[in-house]
Amino acid sequence: MMRLVPQPFLSLAIFGLWLALTGTFGAGQAILGVVLGIAIPLLTQRFWPDRPRLKKPGAALRLFLRVIGDIIIANLQVARLVLGPTARLRPALVEMPIDIEDPLVAAILGSIISLTPGTVSIDIDFERRHILVHALDVADKAALIATIKSSYEAPLKDIFQC
Amino acid sequence: MFAEAAVSILTLFGAAFVLIGSIGLVRLPDFMTRLHGPTKSTTLGVGSIVMASLVHSSVTAGSLSLRELVISVFLFITAPVSAHVLSKAARKMPRNREEKTGP
Amino acid sequence: MLNIAISISYGLIALAMGLNLWRLLRGPAVPDRILALDTLAINTIALIMLLGIARASTFYFEAALLIAATGFVATVALCKFLLGGDIIE
Repeated sequence: MMRLVPQPFLSLAIFGLWLALTGTFGAGQAILGVVLGIAIPLLTQRFWPDRPRLKKPGAALRLFLRVIGDIIIANLQVARLVLGPTARLRPALVEMPIDIEDPLVAAILGSIISLTPGTVSIDIDFERRHILVHALDVADKAALIATIKSSYEAPLKDIFQC
Repeated sequence: MFAEAAVSILTLFGAAFVLIGSIGLVRLPDFMTRLHGPTKSTTLGVGSIVMASLVHSSVTAGSLSLRELVISVFLFITAPVSAHVLSKAARKMPRNREEKTGP
Repeated sequence: MLNIAISISYGLIALAMGLNLWRLLRGPAVPDRILALDTLAINTIALIMLLGIARASTFYFEAALLIAATGFVATVALCKFLLGGDIIE
């Protein structure tokens, strides 16, 4: 069983995406979805020999909901900044050290940073273990780093155990 | 009736955020700050229009329809990637070194 | 009610696309223009989704998905060209 479905969550995601894409819940599409969900992870397995494993799906779901909530709050804040006086903005580049062991997980962290409050990840330097973050309005660089670390990096490390 | 109100509010909300993203693109002072407008507001803007479309087609068809969500999933995966490549390209251009943003 | 909301939304998105065009023509640097094009593609997706709601048709979904895909690939390809002078290294 383990051999047939090496990445159960990836298979589940492909199955769900296939059903959503075809827009039907008929038996035929469901079978095709199951076939794709099994075939694609098997065929692409060799592309990532030491992929990170999703250890805690519950924590991943919690992080997902938190990111969605943060995106909505972020958008309201950025909307206020954009419509207000732009001369008062304090944009800054912040170098954030990371202690994630896996490049893919670091890339996920970078994507989350780009999607949330007034921050964009510009460069992920995995050799030197830091992410270069550009923020639209920073009052305190250390506080920004601490917020990102506690709300996204810690849960990610917990989810993938790396 | 209730669904129609929800769809109306979601479309208006989404369109307003699309507009705010573009206002940010025009108003903000340098490239790095301009990057914030579209990658944020447009993602939520399209996101809520997608939700409106989802509610609308679910109500008119009488069954749950999730295909619109695929667009949102796609945009949420690709938006950080395009922001990343764009900022890399901008940093490489000598003429476009930050006017306002310090290190 | 829905018709009025959709008409107003059309107006808002058209205005947004106009602003994008202004940034596209104004520049000043090439990345700004690429960013404007990327935003224009995303706004087009929103417009097509609105058309889908207004006409109560599901066929617009495919068009929106295609524009999302081509818009993303175009942005990445243009940036890669700026970065290396080559799209495929």
